[in-house]
Amino acid sequence: MKTLRELLQYPAAAIGLVIITLLILLSVYAMVTIPYSEAIRLWRGGEDVWYHTPKNAAPAWTNWFTTKDLPATIRMRSDDDDVIKTVESASEELTDVIFSFTFDFPYDDFPREISVFFNTRYDRKPPHVSMTWLTPDGREIRVADKSMTQQETYRVSQDSLLQRRLGGALPHQGLFAVDPRAEVLEPLHGTYTLQVEAITFEPESDVDAEMVIYGQVHGIAGTDHRRRDLSIALLWGTPIALGFGLLAAVGTSLIQMIIAAVGTWYGGWVDTLIQRVTEINMVLPFLPILIMIGTFYSKSIFAMLGVVVLLSIFGGGIKTNRAMFLQVKHSPYIEAAQAYGASDARLIRKYLIPRIIPTLLPSLVALVPSFVFLEAALALLGLGDPVLPTWGKVINDAYGNGALYHGHYYWILEPSVLLMIMALAFSLLGFALDRVFNPRLRGM
Amino acid sequence: MSDTALAMETEGAPQEKLQSGSGALGRVVKYSAVRLVMLFVTVVVGIYMVVLVANMGGYVDRIRLGSIQQMISLQISQDQSPEMRALSVEERRELIRERVEVEVQRQGLDQPFIVRSFGYLRGAITLDLGFATDMTSDTGSKQVRLILLERLPPTLLMWGVSNLLLFFISLFFGLFLSRKYGSILDRIVIALAPTSSAPGWFYGLFLILIFAAILQVLPFGGMVAAPPPENRIDYALSLLRHLVLPTAAIVISTIFLQTYNFRTFFLIYSTEDYVEMAKAKGLSDREIERRYVLRPVLPTIITQFALTVITLWTGATILETVFNWPGLGRALYQAIGLYDTPVIVGSQVIYAYLLAATVFLLDFIYALVDPRVRIGGEGRTR
Repeated sequence: MKTLRELLQYPAAAIGLVIITLLILLSVYAMVTIPYSEAIRLWRGGEDVWYHTPKNAAPAWTNWFTTKDLPATIRMRSDDDDVIKTVESASEELTDVIFSFTFDFPYDDFPREISVFFNTRYDRKPPHVSMTWLTPDGREIRVADKSMTQQETYRVSQDSLLQRRLGGALPHQGLFAVDPRAEVLEPLHGTYTLQVEAITFEPESDVDAEMVIYGQVHGIAGTDHRRRDLSIALLWGTPIALGFGLLAAVGTSLIQMIIAAVGTWYGGWVDTLIQRVTEINMVLPFLPILIMIGTFYSKSIFAMLGVVVLLSIFGGGIKTNRAMFLQVKHSPYIEAAQAYGASDARLIRKYLIPRIIPTLLPSLVALVPSFVFLEAALALLGLGDPVLPTWGKVINDAYGNGALYHGHYYWILEPSVLLMIMALAFSLLGFALDRVFNPRLRGM
Repeated sequence: MSDTALAMETEGAPQEKLQSGSGALGRVVKYSAVRLVMLFVTVVVGIYMVVLVANMGGYVDRIRLGSIQQMISLQISQDQSPEMRALSVEERRELIRERVEVEVQRQGLDQPFIVRSFGYLRGAITLDLGFATDMTSDTGSKQVRLILLERLPPTLLMWGVSNLLLFFISLFFGLFLSRKYGSILDRIVIALAPTSSAPGWFYGLFLILIFAAILQVLPFGGMVAAPPPENRIDYALSLLRHLVLPTAAIVISTIFLQTYNFRTFFLIYSTEDYVEMAKAKGLSDREIERRYVLRPVLPTIITQFALTVITLWTGATILETVFNWPGLGRALYQAIGLYDTPVIVGSQVIYAYLLAATVFLLDFIYALVDPRVRIGGEGRTR
């Protein structure tokens, strides 16, 4: 308690603690609102899950910084409440199914693409669908007339006939333009309608459709090259990064300290053995071996965690700890304790380890970011966990798909900024702890 | 008069040190030789472990066997010569089996794993690493040694330049800050120290974003412009231009923490009793700094820097991948992508040698600068 109060005197520590608390809350929020299986489904579900989001769309908040208001995605279904669907039987066999998607378009730029996903039910003869586009200024544009088979997707943007009718303008631009034949296309604000009239040829036959006008911005985090909403990965990446970093840091620090203390105290062959093993471990290239294990054995994050701890047990920390223990070992107070006959175990537990706990705790906290970044680094090399969405995998996707070349900066910046925030929080706290536990540093 | 007496006393001390120092020099040489042998043994053990992990008990060999079989069946099925067409299915199968056997014997896959692993180890230590299965060097050779040695200079260049810059900048900057601690600059460095928790490749991404993508003043990656300039001076300039961002990434990622650490070490050592004593004696600040602060702080600084350097080796792999730098790290990454076992083992061997060389160098310097570290058996009498 006293330590905590002392710690909070440092603004850096307070900031660090607040950020870490927020990150923990964010992790809990992510795990509660998006259960694990749901997160996996949203992240790895395939086109069925992602079809309604645009590709490489920037986050919606980028609109705050641009003079142009970029369009968001407009998505309407024929069974929505505000879409009126009328079914009239024209004769015994023929039925007219009519519905129209009416929506407001207040944006200053054109959408990315337009698609209409049809879901028709019939036995033998597919229904015939004709679509008409109504603009705010009263123009009527014939979009398409065609038979729709069961699960057909009509990609308006790729309809070359429509493009020719619009005078060569790309359909998703021409349909929204003030004048589709102008040199420079200007978007027209107002209320648009896509009218769908279907004629079915069987009594049981029916037509439903979903219209998606893909925007240029999407959600709070934007989307990637596979139309996935990045917010899933960013949210779920938080508990993964926190867990990986903390477990690895605690595991390695504690084990390293105990081994170093025992080695330094007993000296002789114990120390020599520990030193030799540490040296072997030091010439073992850490990351390459990790990469190798990732490639050959398993990319699972838990396997990686295990290997990281295993390879770090005899890591460089032992040398630092040993250097400190060596200085402490010759201190007068230890000699005094020896003189009154304290046992080896007692000396290690009560005299050696407490002396370096102050240096251990800050370095433990400061170690967390390095493991968080290690996970990201592995993901960047294509060795991320095959199932889980992590920040590193987002960076890897972005980097691999030339986000920097193509100007999709949000894609790389979002996970990087989160990584940076997490790293800074832990390292601010680590530095403040250093001050609190190392009174010698306090004035410095 | 008392002043000179005190001065003489202090003058006497270094002389004693010098005498014990010359005795220690012999010990340092002996110690270094012993360390060299030990490090070699260490490297051998390390490399053997790498061979074991790389081959994971022979599983990679099975993958290789599979690829041999696939390759030969493909060759035979694509062979449209009349003799081949005349063969029946049975005969073809027999032919495939025979050819696979020959190939397996050629690659030495028929021996038991333990035998192969020691063969691999011997080859690995002498850098006789055989032939790569897929990769080729820029000169077109498939020899692993050539592939790797070709990648060594770029790695050493980047690593050496950035570490030298890092060490000297942080040493002098740290010393400078320790002199005027509490100043605004000092506080800025303290405030920036936590930024070093992010690795070099991470800053690399930002640097690429700023200087290559947005400002377009420096290249995205690579080592020289393509095609490489003919002129030597142009070549050097191009190399320099490409070197700026990766080096900057390494230096930025570590400089503030390193400066902060060094500065703090200087400050800690300048609060020691013997420094107070020296001050009381009225020695000049510079004298105190040189003799009573810098000298005892060196071992600590070197230990600390050694750890930084070793961590930076680890980071180099990713940094090279991010910057497309044609070094060992990227070679390893490519080899793993191609499942090219000889190159994988080879690059780990080279890394092991490089790390061992680093450890030895730093150990040697440590032994030179720290008279307190008892060399050989002396320290372990307790």
